Parts: sequence; C-alpha cells; structure tokens
Amino acid sequence: MITFEGVTKRYDDGTVAVDDLTLEAPTGAITVFVGPSGCGKTTSLRMINRMIDATDGRILLDGQDVREIDPPTLRRGIGYVIQQAGLFPHRKIVDNVATVPHLLGWDRKRARARAMELLERVGLDAELARRYPFQLSGGQQQRVGVARALAADPPVLLMDEPFSAVDPVVRTSLQDELLRLQSDLQKTIVFVTHDIDEAIKLGDTVAVMRVGGRLAQMAGPATLLTEPADDFVREFLGRDRGIRRLSFIPAKDVRLAAVPADLALDASGRPLGWRTEGGLLPYGTFNPERDSLRAALDAALLAVNGTAVAVDEDDRVIGVATREALDEVLGQYAARHTAPAPESPWPEEAHRTSTPRAAPGSAGEAPGPDEPAPTDPGPGDRSDGEGPHG
Amino acid sequence: MNWLIDFFSNPANWSGPGGIPVRLLEHLEFSVVALLMAAAVAIPLGLWVGHTGRGSFVIVVSANAARALPTLGILVLVVLLVGVGSTWPVLVPLVLLAVPPILVNTYEGVRGVDPDLRDAAYGMGLRGPQVLFKVLVPVALPLILLGLRLAAIQVVATATVAAYVGLGGLGRFIMDGLATKNYTITIGGAFLVVVLALTAQAGFTLLSRVAVSPGVRRVR
Repeated sequence: MITFEGVTKRYDDGTVAVDDLTLEAPTGAITVFVGPSGCGKTTSLRMINRMIDATDGRILLDGQDVREIDPPTLRRGIGYVIQQAGLFPHRKIVDNVATVPHLLGWDRKRARARAMELLERVGLDAELARRYPFQLSGGQQQRVGVARALAADPPVLLMDEPFSAVDPVVRTSLQDELLRLQSDLQKTIVFVTHDIDEAIKLGDTVAVMRVGGRLAQMAGPATLLTEPADDFVREFLGRDRGIRRLSFIPAKDVRLAAVPADLALDASGRPLGWRTEGGLLPYGTFNPERDSLRAALDAALLAVNGTAVAVDEDDRVIGVATREALDEVLGQYAARHTAPAPESPWPEEAHRTSTPRAAPGSAGEAPGPDEPAPTDPGPGDRSDGEGPHG
Repeated sequence: MNWLIDFFSNPANWSGPGGIPVRLLEHLEFSVVALLMAAAVAIPLGLWVGHTGRGSFVIVVSANAARALPTLGILVLVVLLVGVGSTWPVLVPLVLLAVPPILVNTYEGVRGVDPDLRDAAYGMGLRGPQVLFKVLVPVALPLILLGLRLAAIQVVATATVAAYVGLGGLGRFIMDGLATKNYTITIGGAFLVVVLALTAQAGFTLLSRVAVSPGVRRVR
C-alpha cells in the first residue's frame, strides 16, 4: 500500500504543485490519478519513487517512509513506465527489458531468460528481442516499456501517461493488455492520465485532482460517475455519465430468449442478419459472459427491432435479449442506485474481485461491439481487435 | 601532376633524416600526441559539464576562443618561453586547436540526449555515473567521435607549422620548397598532408561504424 500523508510540493518560486495530498493506493489494485494539466498528478506520482522530493508530508510504501530509502535502491524496487517508453536506443530490446535485473546483479543468463519471458507476457514476438527500439512501432515500444518495468518483479508499478502517445486503437489494446496482466499479477499500480475515460476503464479507484494540486474526489469509477462530489468533477467527467456507468454492470444477468426465426444464421450458428422482405438487416452482438450491460444495450440499439444478439466465445448465437429483458436489468440497477445507502458500494467491487476485469468495456482479445463506434456490424466486420503488433 | 610524380619518384626524397618516411612519422607523432592530450582534457570536461549542467560557460568561451586562436603566434610564444629543443612549441598550439571541437561536440552530444531517456534511466534506478556511462555516452558517441574527427583533421593540417621552429614534419617539405622555389617539393609535401588528413577522416568513420550501436547510428 502506498500512503500519502499531507504531501505538499512547493517550488522555490512559490508555486504549489501538490497541496496537502492525503490518500491511499491499496495493494494489488490500480489507483488512477486523473486531472487537467497542472493538477499535480505527475508530480504526485514522481514523489513516490523520489524522482521529485516532497516539501512537506510523508509518502509511505508499506509503512516505510520513502525518504528513508536511497533513491536508486528505492527505484529498483518500483517499476516505472513513462509516456514515450524511454527505451535505451543503443540497446537491443532484450537488454532494455533486462536493465533492472542487470542492476540488481542477476547473472546474464537469468536476466535474459526473464526478459524473454516478459516480452512474451506483454504480447511481443520473441524475434523482436534482437531488434533496436527504433525498429519497433510506438505501441510495441510501450509494451517493451511495461515489460522493462516488470522485469525484476517489483510489487509496485508507476505509470505516467504510458498510453497517451499512441493512436486510439493501439491504446485500447494496450489498456486491455494491462488489465489482463493485472488480473494475473495483482501489482499495486499508480497510473497517471489526463483522459477520464482511461481512468474509468482502468482504475479500481480514481483520484480526481484539480489545478493547484488538490484532491477533488477519490472513489471507484462507478461511484464517481453516479455521485460526482462537485461541479468540477461533474464537468471533468463529461457527458453520458449514466450510459458510461453501464460499463460496470455485467450483462450476464440479462434474461435471454430463444433464437427467433427471423434471425438468419450461417451453418456454424453465427449470425448473418435479421431477415426482412428487403433482405438482411444489421444486428448487434454481445457476449453475456464477458461484456457489460452497456455493450448489450449498444447491441440492441444497432438492430431495427431493438433486440440484441447474445453470442458465445466463438461468436455462435446462444439467444437474444429483447428490449424488455434489458429494461428489467436496467430497472434493477436504477432501483439499487436510488436505495438509501450511499456508502454501500456498487456491485462492481464484488463483481470485480470475483471475476477480475470482466465487465468494463472489455474488448479483450476477441472483438465485440462494446465500444460505441461500430458503424457496420455486419458479418464481415470481424477484423482483429488487437493492435498492429507482431 | 608531373610535379607529384617527380617528387615521389625521386629516390633522394625517400631516404635520410629528411626523407618522406621520417617526416611522415614526425608529423604523425605531433598529431597523435596532440590529439590524445586534447581528448584527455576535453572529453572528461565535456562529459562532466554536459551531465551536470554546471560550468557550461566554459564551452561557450572555448568555442569562441577557437575561432580567434592565432596558431602561429602561440607557436612563437611557446618557443620564446621554453626555447627550442622540445616538442612543446608545436604541441601547445595543436592541443589548443583540438580542444574546442572535441569539447563542444562532447558537451552537445551529452546535453542533447532526450530528457525522457535520462528520466527513464534514473527512474530505473541507475545512479548518476551509471546514467552517464551506460546511457548518455553510448547515445552521444556519434557526436563525440565527430568532435574527435574534426579535431584530428585540423591538427593534421596545422601540424605543418612545426617546421617553422625546426621541428620537422611534413611542413618541412612545404617550407623548403617555398624557400628554394622548388615547387615540386612544396606540392609533394602538401599532397602528403592531404592524404594524411583524409586517412584520419576515414579512420574515424570506420571507428564509428564499429563503436556506435546500430540503434543509435540511424538517429544522426
């Protein structure tokens, strides 16, 4: 656990970057610092590994004041990922990943083996290991950055806007990859971003900061969306908070009806479209085991008859969800929302710990119409959802 | 062209203490010694200033002084101070000439390393000297070698002044030829200086092929 106790950073010219910050980043969870530029989120992050030293207050790492630890020693025990990856251009990828193990005095063979293992873990081809950073795409470099941070298996990972310099498609796949890794590794992660959608997607807890380095609100993403503390947070969260909240509600409770006759299927049971006199009409699919209610609703809105098609892992139709069925689930959650128990957490906490990271907008490895953008969800639109790597 | 053939085909030019091999070696000796001494001063200083950011005015002063440096004047001055008989009169001006390009390029090379890279290096837990030698120097190496190459060419070309104070080198041919109006010798000597300078250039190009990481070479 990382604890901030009244942490302040004041520069010599009097500017206050971080003002009396007190918060806890729990062990094994992702805590996101989010806010507009100048809110002190990066400064706060960098005070954890002493890239910057706090003026007042204390930062405790599992109870120990970081100021008592010699900075290089402290940093070798904390993974650090930055925006442009910051790979060493003169070293091959494998040696970049093995940087900290080398520093820690691991023997060459073990460090290399570990590096190769991590490259595989972050989804990079083994043959990339022999290349130099300039020979990799931005997204690949960022994966290497994550692998490098994880190389010595540090319990804590600091990520400073790691995905903001890559294009949206790659960013989504990197985010999904991080969530997948995190469900295996259970690191204590502090993640800085200015992108509220990224914060809501990745954070177990989101700390919204305002200009001047003050904490505006700290809460789970679903709570943040439903109960923003003030106008600043509300404005920062932006529009469609209600719809976005649906990302945290799993679609597995949606009552499925039998496949109706007017849904055309191919030989292996995959959907082709809704039969009408004028030909096949578009449909939308969701995977009840993996997707959120938002994805299910989105799938329903894509079809003229308002019915979402439920599919399994192989895209085979397992049933349909009518508007009424979706309405039932929406009604249940709306009822819970209005129930008089503000401190009772949204079901996302319980849900998340049992099946880590199933719900929130998860594109995962397989494609699914859970992002709000699919324009033509026809049968042919089944392209690879992963980023252009390998 | 004929003059060059005359010069190189004359057996008298190849033998004795004034022959081509001896003069070439003398010239090479001044050049190499001066370059090594300059590098021994300028590289550590450039690395230190570039890495710490302290004392960058030294770089500016040095770069400006280089343009105004009267090589011949310094040569004569050193002769007056230490007298003839040692090689100092030629080494001092050559070292002064070689320091600025090495210093400026080393400094710029280190200072020009992407701040993100420096940040990442510290963030991984490298200590100051490790950041310098494991990251900054390898990345700055193309510029450091460029500084050495520029200095080497200038030194080789300027080492001809040694002949003014009777220290030999290839300048001897040029001066003797001029004095006796025997332009064959002057042109032959000048030709040898050019060949030596080009050799130095080629040598450093080869060195950077070998020493600079392929990951960095592409960048500059």
